[in-house]
Amino acid sequence: MTSAPRTRRTPLWVLGAGAVAVIAAVLTALAVFGGAALPERAGPPIEELAVERTVLTPGTIELALRNTGPDPVTVAQVFVNDSYVDFAGGDEPIGRLGTDTLRLAVPWMDGQPYTISMMTSTGLVIEHVVPAAVATPPPDPDFFGLMVLLGTYVGVIPVALGMLLLPLLRRASSTVVRVLLALTVGLLAFLAVDAAAEGFELAVLGGGAFGGALLVLLGAALAFVVLMAVDRWLATRSATPEGGSSSGMRLAAMIAIGIGLHNLGEGLAIGSAYAVGELALGTALVVGFALHNTTEGLAIVAPLSSARPRPVALVVLGLVAGAPAILGAVVGAAVNNAALAAVLFGVGVGAILQVIVQILPGLRGEGRTVDLPVLGGLAAGVAVMYLTGLLVAA
Amino acid sequence: MTGSITTRRGFLTVAGGTALTALPLPAGQGPHDDHPPGGSSDGGQGGSGQGGSGHAPDAHGGINGATFRGGAGVDHTFNGFDPRTLLREFDLGTTSTGPDGRTVREWEIVAEDREIEVAPGVRFPAWTFDGRVPGPTLRCTAGDLLRVRFVNRSEHPHTMHFHGIHPADMDGVPMIGRGIISPGEEFTYTFDAEPFGLHLYHCHVGPLAEHIARGMYGTFIIDPPGGRPPADEMVMVMHGYNTTFDGEGNQLYAVNGIPFVYMNDPIRVRRNELVRIYLVNILEYDPINSFHLHANFFDYYPTGTRLESAEYTDTVVLGQGQRGICEVRFPHLGKYMFHAHKTEFADLGWMGLFEVVEP
Repeated sequence: MTSAPRTRRTPLWVLGAGAVAVIAAVLTALAVFGGAALPERAGPPIEELAVERTVLTPGTIELALRNTGPDPVTVAQVFVNDSYVDFAGGDEPIGRLGTDTLRLAVPWMDGQPYTISMMTSTGLVIEHVVPAAVATPPPDPDFFGLMVLLGTYVGVIPVALGMLLLPLLRRASSTVVRVLLALTVGLLAFLAVDAAAEGFELAVLGGGAFGGALLVLLGAALAFVVLMAVDRWLATRSATPEGGSSSGMRLAAMIAIGIGLHNLGEGLAIGSAYAVGELALGTALVVGFALHNTTEGLAIVAPLSSARPRPVALVVLGLVAGAPAILGAVVGAAVNNAALAAVLFGVGVGAILQVIVQILPGLRGEGRTVDLPVLGGLAAGVAVMYLTGLLVAA
Repeated sequence: MTGSITTRRGFLTVAGGTALTALPLPAGQGPHDDHPPGGSSDGGQGGSGQGGSGHAPDAHGGINGATFRGGAGVDHTFNGFDPRTLLREFDLGTTSTGPDGRTVREWEIVAEDREIEVAPGVRFPAWTFDGRVPGPTLRCTAGDLLRVRFVNRSEHPHTMHFHGIHPADMDGVPMIGRGIISPGEEFTYTFDAEPFGLHLYHCHVGPLAEHIARGMYGTFIIDPPGGRPPADEMVMVMHGYNTTFDGEGNQLYAVNGIPFVYMNDPIRVRRNELVRIYLVNILEYDPINSFHLHANFFDYYPTGTRLESAEYTDTVVLGQGQRGICEVRFPHLGKYMFHAHKTEFADLGWMGLFEVVEP
């Protein structure tokens, strides 16, 4: 690094190319000779399949399979609830991480559980359980319209309602604002833990081929870093002219983005749950989510008590936080992929953590300490989320 | 297996064109005929080497009942045995007359490990007698002197344990008499054929359940001294395959080696002719098995040790090792199902069809 510049040195690209060439040569030699030097695996082939999507139409159950194991898998026969069935697809062995779709001829009954047993060419049986058979909604405009409505109910409207509390905040003392910010941190922390737990659960369902629980952590880390960069960028842009109120706006924007990313995952979960018939729609769900997510709206406007944002800016903030629920519901219902959902939940977790990191400095009072009201606010935030969460059965 | 949901069946409407694949009637009718393989069954379909049945995918499936994918059959040529002919194969051994005038009957039976296609596309590492599951049907007459030369070419220790009456050292169990026959070794079991009836043989090496579940069993018939009335005779060995080797039930159930095989190729019988079924249950891991015949009744001779029918019925239930002779005449033409009336087993492969034709 610090060697004398005068001596004649090999150009950097030559060094780099040389190193790459050596690495490539050794890897090739390893692949050709090294592999042959080791014995084959002693045990039988390891056959694993994950069902990434189940589509039920009258008389048919369709399974989207992914080979999550190291060896090719051939599905030779399938029995459903202990009865062999005719099916199409899966004619060729499925290679590692490869996919295939089986269409089973099953005269399934509404609401009945079905155990689908896929017998591989070696006689191994890989089971997939459909807890209760429900016709998968067809991906038509009506269905997507319903998902948009659902996303609006559980995402956009509650956030907007929460933001209506802004005028009250303006009249409040600085202590009240700090308590409200603490409340926000509490509820965000709750969301982060809740989303992480749900993400890990989904990651297990995904079969682990793409990293399992690691997916959640990766998504979280990535979101955290990206949002940090976005925050720095916003800071450099708005540092000069305005000052105080803009930093409140910036924080609100960051919170809105974080909550938006979280709602993307939440919408996804709601959409997939609906697609597999596990979601009880209706007043309870909508009201539950409304109460639950209204607190999110409050979180967005909490930093704005001293700012004078234009109404358009508020609408944009509300959409940034709430609209991803719509996108999530549509994607979740259409794709219903556990691994993708796990990543998105992770992204939500990372985004929320980043927002928490941003808000924390604002919680300190006059004496630069975290006082009792703030701690109370934190606890209240967690409690409110827990209690309103009980209203949501999804 | 548990939690079954049986499917309504309506097979009898199966397209008439599939009847082309049915086996021809046996050439001879004597009870001791060793029928030639019915190779002509493939003639109508081309691809005579394949041996599997090329049925239209819409033949079964869905509400028409259980089926393998596309109604396909296995590669009998690869397996080296064909349930469609094995059905009527009786191995009488080679006979000679002993110094005392008795018939001496000899067989050579070879144990070998063999991979067989138990369902289309599914290979099962079987342990076999003579390379087939079930093993050959050994048939003799009461009072014969039997010599069974057992050669173990498997990688595992085995024995041949016969049901019947014989001395302890000919019982084919470990630690008694010659005991276990190790790989590469051989032993000749010598005993008298008694009592007359329908019996079975199987390997008796531990773990016993696995040695049986892997395919080491066969039928052993001792005819009564005067024989039985002439009939169209066939053997049905009821068994299963625990392809996952978890020792908890079976994933496939069958008669004579291959699930669903007689659904694709119905067993042809003649109207009003006496049909005699030697029915043996050797199913491992499940406590019972059963046999049910549609639209007809049969006389049942438990273990075949009495010449009088014990029951006139259409369903019998058998535990492992139980067996009996069913005698039936079909008065009407058409196709008639037979299957386990443990219907879950039926949906997992243990079902078939008789097709009654004009004499």
